[in-house]
Amino acid sequence: MEGVPPFGSPNIPTTAPEGGEVALITSGWRLAAHEFFSNRLAVVGLGIIVFFIVFCFLGPIVYPTNQTLTQPLLSDMAPAAAHLLGTDDNGFDEFGRIMVGGQTALEIGFFAAFMATVIGTLYGALAGLVGGIVDAVLMRFVDILLSIPLLFIVLILATRYHATLISQSLIIGLFSWQAPSRLVRGEVLTLRVRDFVTAARIMGGTRRRLILRHLIPNALSVVIVNITFLIADSILLIAYLGFLGFGLAYPTASWGDMLGNAQDAVSSGYWWLVYPVGACLVLVVMACNLVGDALRDAFDVRLRKR
Amino acid sequence: MSAPPATSVLEVNGLSTHINLTRSVVHAVGDVSFEIKAGETLGLVGESGCGKSMTGLSLLNLLPHGGHIVEGSIKLSGLELVGLPERKLRTIRGNEIAMIFQDSQSSLNPTMTIGRQVMEPVRLHRGVSKHEALDRALEVLELVGLPHPRERFDDFPHQLSGGLRQRVMIAIALACEPKVLVADEPTTALDVTIQAQILALLDDLEERLGMSTLLITHDMGVVAGRTDRINVMYAGRIVETATTYRLFTGMRHPYTQALLGSIPSLDQDREKALYTIPGLPPDLAPPPSGCRFAARCAYATDECREHEPPLDGAEGHLFACWHPVDGPIERLPTIVPPESVKVPIAATANGRHLLELDGVVREFPVTAGIILRRKVDSVKAVSGVTLHVDAGETFGLVGESGCGKTTLGKLIVGAELPDGGTVELEGKRVFALKGRALRRARRDLQMMFQDPYASLDPRMRVQAILREPLEIQKIGSRQEQDERITTVLREVGLPQTALERYPHEFSGGQRQRVGLARALMLDPKVIVADEPVSALDVSIRSQILNLMRRLQLERGTASVVISHDLAVVKYLSDRIGVMYLGKLVELGNGDDIYRRAAHPYTDALIKTIPVPDPAVKRADIAISGELPSPRNPPSGCRFRTRCPRAQDLCAEEEPLLRSFGPGHVAACHFPLQAPGEAAAEAVADGDPE
Repeated sequence: MEGVPPFGSPNIPTTAPEGGEVALITSGWRLAAHEFFSNRLAVVGLGIIVFFIVFCFLGPIVYPTNQTLTQPLLSDMAPAAAHLLGTDDNGFDEFGRIMVGGQTALEIGFFAAFMATVIGTLYGALAGLVGGIVDAVLMRFVDILLSIPLLFIVLILATRYHATLISQSLIIGLFSWQAPSRLVRGEVLTLRVRDFVTAARIMGGTRRRLILRHLIPNALSVVIVNITFLIADSILLIAYLGFLGFGLAYPTASWGDMLGNAQDAVSSGYWWLVYPVGACLVLVVMACNLVGDALRDAFDVRLRKR
Repeated sequence: MSAPPATSVLEVNGLSTHINLTRSVVHAVGDVSFEIKAGETLGLVGESGCGKSMTGLSLLNLLPHGGHIVEGSIKLSGLELVGLPERKLRTIRGNEIAMIFQDSQSSLNPTMTIGRQVMEPVRLHRGVSKHEALDRALEVLELVGLPHPRERFDDFPHQLSGGLRQRVMIAIALACEPKVLVADEPTTALDVTIQAQILALLDDLEERLGMSTLLITHDMGVVAGRTDRINVMYAGRIVETATTYRLFTGMRHPYTQALLGSIPSLDQDREKALYTIPGLPPDLAPPPSGCRFAARCAYATDECREHEPPLDGAEGHLFACWHPVDGPIERLPTIVPPESVKVPIAATANGRHLLELDGVVREFPVTAGIILRRKVDSVKAVSGVTLHVDAGETFGLVGESGCGKTTLGKLIVGAELPDGGTVELEGKRVFALKGRALRRARRDLQMMFQDPYASLDPRMRVQAILREPLEIQKIGSRQEQDERITTVLREVGLPQTALERYPHEFSGGQRQRVGLARALMLDPKVIVADEPVSALDVSIRSQILNLMRRLQLERGTASVVISHDLAVVKYLSDRIGVMYLGKLVELGNGDDIYRRAAHPYTDALIKTIPVPDPAVKRADIAISGELPSPRNPPSGCRFRTRCPRAQDLCAEEEPLLRSFGPGHVAACHFPLQAPGEAAAEAVADGDPE
């Protein structure tokens, strides 16, 4: 069409395409990122998470400690230059143990959240897209699972099986996908009647394609927000288990185990076994929630300015 | 309309309103001045985003978050409203100035009965007893024509239809007998037949109550017959103001001229292109310097781009332009492409039509219960429609919302499957096919959607959107696909840079072009276009209509155009079908429908369409009542409940389609035209039984 006057308006010879130029607007993701980073709490939250990842995974290289051999002679020492946060009952360095315990907490948190998200997203997308009786049956199953207290199941399974990092994350992951599945189903229910899904159907698109190319990518923002909350929940759950004494097998530790073992420490005045690790747990969970809230707001902005 | 007395009720002077966003300031209204005299109706017209709603909201200081009046004055019978404390303003809002909004669904409180909502302003402003307020509420509800107001008093908004809800909204606005009524797009969400009823009601009330009205709308047809004066707004400025008759017949601003020229009229010559305004309205954060219309104006010079013209002119007719035009566009530009490219409309070789629908029925079950979902009733969306489309032909479908036209469109492309009857393409029942064969067959039937925001996947780039149909159908290598994408993109008039962009980076009109390109990718035999322009602004609408018309002629693809707008359908289509409540009531070519309508419904539809011409004498409400529920359609003729000619026979026996001339059929016992010779015979298009 170049060089030809636009159809129907002969007076203005122009080289512009008939439909007009496309204005350059920043992409939706960039807009969302902008909004996210203009939220101070979100940046603080993200900073805390990054700090703990670096601290837990790179810390032991800078500050190597013995976390395998019990040393009764060194037990319950107050913080000093040799042991920045003192030692615990077994003589392990508490500062180093927080790093190791943090590794398992973060690993389990991320892995369980990932599992729950994958299962929940596929399950919810399928239920939402197929609809009808399949949807009703699938979602009633979710209702049943949601009405069984999660902690009971995890406790029962934890006593029957050897508690390792993998098995615990699997158990948590397998029993916490209901929330994301409901979210995704709700999103898919509104998406599947949208015209672009109908258009793909009219082109002959298979159900697999509709789910993978259209429904899941569009439901992704909801899912991403939910992941952060799932991570926080999983870290808390693994802490409960440790606290109740069903934590990971010795010598692996998690923050929950450490808190559980330190139950008497408060009365004995060994504060360094309780407060530092407790603070770490609270900080990480809070940071995850802050990031989650900010992400939700950021995605809202992207949708509003579409 | 009575002669306007000299006193002005509302005087607006140099009003400017800004809206603060996070990172910019939108100059939504700039230096707007107007006055409304007692009993006068002032029209405020313009495209979306031109600041007309913001002007209305400024009057009541109900601006959205971040919005504020920066300067100017608003005087209500001499009382300055700008800067008045909120407490004082509250005694004026809803009392002396009242407002009606577009969407009655979201403007009424869903948890309060309509009666109490009408009583609320009376109680607040008049300080009367509950009993007196109740009497007043009943009186106003009666006034706005709500049938049986006493019985409906305790109904909730969701129990009323759209038209009745709008009447309740008007009742709330009128409850305190305001001096000024601001009506912001009062009928945009309504069907034409209901729109006519509401507009007539507003007219009648103005006359009886002596109110002044500010009628804000984008529809030139609505203001044409109902206003004394019109202000045309563009990009936050009033660009022209004149008496209604003068504005339509002797406009001076090129924008007004182009806006009126781009509206397809019912007697539009199909062989001519529509006038279009190129480009898009400017961004108002901040507005461009010079004349704001210069970038899209056919007469613009450097002077226009540098200096903004003042709103100036002779008494009563002001316009802001350096190079004013004189009256409407005389000749319609460019005749559509030469006859040589025109593909003849023809039945296929074996005498069959390209697309044939025979007695198609679609009923949506209404279910109860969560798991078992018992079927309790059904919505009869399409009830036995028989029609055909030939190669190269464009078939138009018109009707009010809820008449089943969209469902019929979806049945044609196989997005819905019929519960009865058949859809055949070239003699084959394509949607009875399975698997690979069905996927192959879908190539031939594609669709263009109404909402340009919902029809493109927001997560895909345009390139991926256009590649998808080829990918699904496994057509061509990647390079061949790229070539095809480039060609089609050029055909719909989009730059190649569009390929890397996401849908949200386009304007509504451009998105609609992408939607059309996607439908063209597979080179279908039939394209169904469902309300292709109704979500677009007037100036963009004609661009898309021209594009569709050009592609029709160039490619010769058969298409089915669905719209509630008869002018749009008539401009694009060779033949038109009129639907009412799931039935095809009349079928014929454009002139049959427009000039020789046989069915009373078609006739009423034509009479109620607002025509952008103040000289056209408005018929009284041609059609009363509302569309019956498609769950229990009336017996016999479905239109009989609203038909002025209905008799006992209509309730007992369903009328069959009868011939009124070549290719012109209608289903009516008492038609407006004498039926043709073949009256009793079933016509060529088939017996609906």
